[in-house]
Amino acid sequence: MGEPVVRAPAFHVEYILRLGDSSLILAQRLAQWCGHGPMLEEDIAMTNVSLDLVGQARLLLSHAGALEGLGRSEDDLAYQRDEPEFRNWTMVELPNGTGPHDDYAVSIARNLMVSALSVPLWQALCESSDKHLGAIAAKSVKEARAHLRHAAEWMIRFGDGTAVSHARAQSALDHLWPYANEWWDTDTLEREAVQAGLGPSLASLRSTWSESIDAVLAQATLKRPTDSPFVSTGKLGLHSEHMGYLLAQMQSLARRHPGASW
Amino acid sequence: MNAHLPDKTPPMPLWEVFVRSKQGLDHKHCGSLHAADAQMALRMARDVYTRRMEGVSIWVVPSGAITASQPEEQSVDFDPMADKIYRHPTFYELPDAVRHM
Repeated sequence: MGEPVVRAPAFHVEYILRLGDSSLILAQRLAQWCGHGPMLEEDIAMTNVSLDLVGQARLLLSHAGALEGLGRSEDDLAYQRDEPEFRNWTMVELPNGTGPHDDYAVSIARNLMVSALSVPLWQALCESSDKHLGAIAAKSVKEARAHLRHAAEWMIRFGDGTAVSHARAQSALDHLWPYANEWWDTDTLEREAVQAGLGPSLASLRSTWSESIDAVLAQATLKRPTDSPFVSTGKLGLHSEHMGYLLAQMQSLARRHPGASW
Repeated sequence: MNAHLPDKTPPMPLWEVFVRSKQGLDHKHCGSLHAADAQMALRMARDVYTRRMEGVSIWVVPSGAITASQPEEQSVDFDPMADKIYRHPTFYELPDAVRHM
């Protein structure tokens, strides 16, 4: 007889899946730069960011699997779920470019926006009523600070660089900006999580996020895009057209050879 | 590596990287890398040379700032030392109380 299974409430599992899936999917996107970075040194730097996110995703998905009580491992959750079951924010599944080519400015702008949120988020999660989540947060907040520093410094170089780099940084920012709305759109699930002391609503971090973004944009001589009413719905399992391709690439090996180890 | 990028971009300057593996030890030269300025060189060095917990402190120095001895003067510089083993303190009788020498 094993341990008695105590299933956590759905909002608890979902709250952690949103974090874990967002880390996993962004890690997958960033891993696509591996071997294709603009220079060797930066190739390694970006791959390190991706690996940090994989590490966070592993801890979060393992924890979500344990709380769920259905016996699913981190690998089951990463490789055996279909698109509508993924709870990541739409922003992280978008391709690394807006046109036919990958654009480093898009990846850097996204890393800036995501890590400017992750830093205060992990910081707040250190105080979570879920002690295990708190421990994951304490480890992750240091990584997020390094990611923010990396993205911010590149954003400033791009924005305050040549006419071409400035234009590409601005258009990357304009392209991604509307997808931040998903963070500020608090739903019932998030309210339940806040109530239980699990963690903050992302909306409550908005002013901190804005301050750190504005400071970078000012130095980068970039314009803060105007807000739009568009709200993406990745965290509800309703994804963009890019998500299917990403999952196909990420999951095909594990699905063709179930249980394979190497 | 990116085929669609303009290839007129001049190469970034070279930097020498020194890493201290733990407190109390010296910084040791561990390699070089390209970076636009000192700040970027530090960041790059952190990712390239300390990602396997190799260090607790990093120095970067522009490669051009290093003056090196000339290989062709190697015999003049270093050969005269070859037969002066008395410069090593190996001819003393150590008391038993002194260990770890």
